[in-house]
Amino acid sequence: MTMIFGVPMAVFMGQLTLGLVNGAFYALLSLGLAVIFGLLKIVNFAHGAQYMLGAFAALLGFRYLGINYWLALILVPLVVGGFGMLMERFLLRRIAHLDHLYGLLLTFGLALIFEGTLINFFGVSGARYATPEILQGGLNLGFMFLPTYRAWVLVAALAMCLFTWFMIERTRLGAYLRAGTENSQLMQAFGVNVPLLITLTYGFGVGLAAFAGVLAAPLYPVSPTMGSSLLIVVFAVVVIGGMGSILGAILTGLGMGIIEGLTKVYYPEASNTVIFLVMILVLMLRPAGLFGKEA
Amino acid sequence: MTFMKKTLAASIAVAAASSMAISTAHAEISDGEVRIGYLADMSGTYRDLAGPGGQTAMEMAVADFGGSVNGSPIVIFSADDRNSADVGANTVREWIDQRNVDMVGGLVASSVSIAVTKVLQENNGLGIVSGSAASSITNEHCTPNHIHWVYDTYPLANGTAKAVVEQGGDSWFLLTADYAFGHALEADVTSVVEANGGEIVGGVRHPFPTSDFSSYILQAQGSGAKIVGLANAGADTVNAITTASQFGLTQSGQQLAGLLIFLNDVHALGLEATQGLLLTTGWYWDMDEESRAWSERYFEETGRMPTMVQAGIYSSTMHYLKAVEAAGTDDPETVRAKMAEEPINDFFARNGSIREDGRMIHDMYLAQVKTPEESTGEWDLYNILSTIPAAEAYRPLSDSQCPLVQN
Repeated sequence: MTMIFGVPMAVFMGQLTLGLVNGAFYALLSLGLAVIFGLLKIVNFAHGAQYMLGAFAALLGFRYLGINYWLALILVPLVVGGFGMLMERFLLRRIAHLDHLYGLLLTFGLALIFEGTLINFFGVSGARYATPEILQGGLNLGFMFLPTYRAWVLVAALAMCLFTWFMIERTRLGAYLRAGTENSQLMQAFGVNVPLLITLTYGFGVGLAAFAGVLAAPLYPVSPTMGSSLLIVVFAVVVIGGMGSILGAILTGLGMGIIEGLTKVYYPEASNTVIFLVMILVLMLRPAGLFGKEA
Repeated sequence: MTFMKKTLAASIAVAAASSMAISTAHAEISDGEVRIGYLADMSGTYRDLAGPGGQTAMEMAVADFGGSVNGSPIVIFSADDRNSADVGANTVREWIDQRNVDMVGGLVASSVSIAVTKVLQENNGLGIVSGSAASSITNEHCTPNHIHWVYDTYPLANGTAKAVVEQGGDSWFLLTADYAFGHALEADVTSVVEANGGEIVGGVRHPFPTSDFSSYILQAQGSGAKIVGLANAGADTVNAITTASQFGLTQSGQQLAGLLIFLNDVHALGLEATQGLLLTTGWYWDMDEESRAWSERYFEETGRMPTMVQAGIYSSTMHYLKAVEAAGTDDPETVRAKMAEEPINDFFARNGSIREDGRMIHDMYLAQVKTPEESTGEWDLYNILSTIPAAEAYRPLSDSQCPLVQN
């Protein structure tokens, strides 16, 4: 059997594949954060809770309204994103002129309220969300058994990442958005409704988190605390990639998934700290992050 | 003036009466109230196995007891320890210093319990640990000031691991939560598996908590072990089982052995994912008439069936209150001695008694999770396969490292 660094080739390839799947998740979540921070300068600490709300909306929608997985994948991001727009319009906008720290505190407080409220009603044990029928079962890749659903997660997450990158970097709407955050007064003088643009962008970022939440629902038990542990990792990914860099968030997310996956084979005890070690290294060598522009 | 005189006279009379009471009944209820503190994880990973439901169980015990002991009302304080040893220890210190709390109950995360029982020892308090798993709580961490009620890692290993090896599961891969409780369970399981002729062929120590188990499940699949043992708890166990079913672990011929599984875990995972799982439990709501009767009352209060920990909190609180009543005092040392004198046989404990190391030993049960076809309702989850007698279930006193035990 071929060995790579003392590990059988098959195991190594398997871990690489799983790392890529997890990385796609990190990419999707950190992308939402990067969009919100890069364009709005809001440090969105409610991102984990919004991801959790996405999973819960899928679960409850199925349980009480009979909304299936595919419909949820479209509807839930719209509903949760709309909820995010209300948050921006009535809460975040009021403190937009203050220091970033106030936005951080507000979103963190809101996250605690969402989590606490749901814990009160649903407890913490989590509930199961059934995998849609055509994605059940698995693919035999030769070196491993890959559940079909995980393969789907990889494809769906990457497609959404590319779509977002294209929207912001390659379309007219994206150009308005980037210009609006650069110099909002000038843009308003050109007749662009910048406040509306900001509300929509926040809603879009929140919708991305909710989309990730729906993708996660069949993978992990749906529980009110599912977002809080993930949030810290995702923030580290954004910092490594460079705050606000869209492409940086995507590539770093994938890379960190792979690094974490390999750590789980070679030294599992360190698997939830390795990302922070990388973060420290990157901050020491490139304080603006791997893909960040401003120092 | 006459009022003053009357008050004075009355106080003298009361003082005289109470000093007489002291001479006859040896002591009395401090502050005229029996004060109980309920400390548990009320909002985190371990909320559903004890949490607010455990407090309800404690309140039911107090209400069933009549709300007072020999005329002194019973008062419950409660707090969230957030699974932090610091928060737990500081809360209990404050309860003792400022509120004269007589007994602390609940106590879930092992790390919190160990810290709290040290505080109780320093201040001569009394604690009843119901939720924790680590067997070290009545072994190297034993104190004369606490009792461990529901279960610990020793019978978990002794029950589940032994049964699994006897059924032919003789090669094991262990998934261990990388902290004190996981290490204790890993050690207990390893010795039981090896003592019964089995072998540990590999293992992974994963960080606590972990949300994605896919990598570890893949390693377990690659190990070729017949049994994948889960030396973890709560959300980690739930996650590991979910992932194992996604990766077809059982279809490829391996079997899972959950070493610490609570009723709420199986309820959350569903029978489809957990059917056939062997587990050891200290109690099950549907064991017999008595346990069903109590559980139905509990269900009316909370809308959920009780876990063994929640039932144990009722049982231990009741036993404590009876001891306070019989001793006529809430003095910790006297009550602790009184509790140990009386055997415990209620809806929760069978053949129960408290040993000198503080371990409440009672019959434990080997259970198997029902198949979806067998189950007749939302909470109809276990078949009880066999009883592990109290005397065999727990670590024998001859192996004890507790200084309170004369070896």
